[in-house]
Amino acid sequence: MSENGNDIAAGADHAPAAAGIRPAAIRAVPVRRPGRWIAAIILVVLALMFVNMLAFNKNFGWDLVWQWLFWHTIVQAVFVTLELTVLAMLIGIAGGVLLAVMRLSSNPVSGSAAWAYTWFFRGTPVLVQLLFWNNIAALVGQQVGFGIPFGPQFFHLDTNSTITRFTAAVLALGLNEAAYMSEIVRAGILSVDEGQAEAAASLGMRRAKIMRRIVLPQAMRVIIPPTGNETISMLKTSSLASVIGVVELTDASEAAIHLYFKAIPFYVVASLWYLFFTTVLSIGQYYIERHYARGSTRNLPPTPFQKLMRMNLSFRRRSYTYTPAGTQEERP
Amino acid sequence: MTEDKVPDGFSIRSADRPAVEIEEVYKSFGRVDVLQGVSMTVREGEVACLIGPSGSGKSTLLRCVNHLEKIDAGRISVNGRLVGYHERNYRLHEMHDRDVARQRRSIGMVFQRFNLFPHKTALENIMEAPVQVLGTNRAQALGEAKALLAQVGLSDKAGNYPSQLSGGQQQRVAIARALAMKPSLMLFDEPTSALDPELVGDVLAVMRTLAESGMTMIVVTHEMAFARDVGDTVAFMDGGVIVEHGDARQVITDPQHARTQAFLAKVR
Repeated sequence: MSENGNDIAAGADHAPAAAGIRPAAIRAVPVRRPGRWIAAIILVVLALMFVNMLAFNKNFGWDLVWQWLFWHTIVQAVFVTLELTVLAMLIGIAGGVLLAVMRLSSNPVSGSAAWAYTWFFRGTPVLVQLLFWNNIAALVGQQVGFGIPFGPQFFHLDTNSTITRFTAAVLALGLNEAAYMSEIVRAGILSVDEGQAEAAASLGMRRAKIMRRIVLPQAMRVIIPPTGNETISMLKTSSLASVIGVVELTDASEAAIHLYFKAIPFYVVASLWYLFFTTVLSIGQYYIERHYARGSTRNLPPTPFQKLMRMNLSFRRRSYTYTPAGTQEERP
Repeated sequence: MTEDKVPDGFSIRSADRPAVEIEEVYKSFGRVDVLQGVSMTVREGEVACLIGPSGSGKSTLLRCVNHLEKIDAGRISVNGRLVGYHERNYRLHEMHDRDVARQRRSIGMVFQRFNLFPHKTALENIMEAPVQVLGTNRAQALGEAKALLAQVGLSDKAGNYPSQLSGGQQQRVAIARALAMKPSLMLFDEPTSALDPELVGDVLAVMRTLAESGMTMIVVTHEMAFARDVGDTVAFMDGGVIVEHGDARQVITDPQHARTQAFLAKVR
């Protein structure tokens, strides 16, 4: 609608319709938003500049990157990084749940112990803790005995052969992580309505079972997103292990740099691997979140895969009618 | 020992054995005295309704019966056994967590806010306790759960999660969930207070059927018509004490105490 005269004439369309007749659908002129256009153009230009730099800056050394991306030393180091991440997170999650339950228990001793643990492990840098574990023999001696406290000891372990560099790294990262995870788990447990535990108790369930069957599964909805965050963070924090000589991704890349006197390509190699696993973890997190969303949303949104299948169907079969997301997956 | 507080001449349907004996119960939350000497007896098969203004201690009294709240003084027994304590040599010993849980198996409870497990379907909600607490095998629990769902008129909702059910449907599932433990006593804590008015009827109908089947019930309620028609006895509570207690129809239609009269006049 451009001319004023026309608009006035068109106004007649919007006059209240006679009773029983549906008025014409509104076709209004949208609000102009020049700011959006400007912002979009700036961002596109910046993106093009970035792509240009990636493509034409020789210092990236892409030929070297592709050549060394799957080099066996690098691939081995990737596995070490993954092992570190997985083991440390397992310790972190198990420890976190234990600490959170201790913290919330009515026993003041276990509550204080959990609090003190969290205070210590959150209060010192993880790098320092890593160095501590690496030098554990200097703290506890070459031999560690096991037996009755203050009493006889039954067997001894050699400290340095038990706590290898890798073990030291796993323990340092895992025990540190447990302190952070405990707060995440605690928040999750507290987010579950008290009525849930009461209902379970009134059915004759005991405390441990209520926690395992009723409270924790519901707490997961709150626990999962920050735990995903922590896992991704751990993937990269594991690079600190290079400081104590664990040959993980960052350490292997550094080693390659010293061999080939080229820094950037190897940093790119490491970054690509980290990015790849971060992506995998993000996708995994999406599906785990979806699993624990059971019952909390009326209808689960379709997964990207389901969306894809649906689009495919709509291309193939003309009879298929598209239903907007959210009305899909009605349960029987 | 059971001082009979219930006057004679009631139309009590069943055996005269007491199911719940509440004697001189006191309970306070910090400085707030919620129960100040409550005594009442509920016989087997009796439907006892607790009415009264909010804050009068009805819900607290109910929650004391299955030991969700600890009482400060007095004693409560269910089926002749002390709730939450063992008595040895005239001394009370706190019950172990395990024994409290065991005691609760035979006492069903229905909450104002349903408290269904949101991560489980209607059917799973009902099966949870028989499988996890009684160790019933899944096939048998499934059959019983389906029968219970049919009993509350929700066979077609077996696979629905609580969030996909209306309030009235959720409360009926909650009743089925409590019944799955085959309790001998059912506690209802304002079961229809959180419901839209048009959904109240379905829940009350289920409760009425349950009452007619002979279940012993203690019902905290604001539904005076239900208390009058389904209840055998009504206790009016105010300020942490039972002000008036007697035949349901009589208390509701012809209250003797001035406070009961004032309350009922406001509710009607």
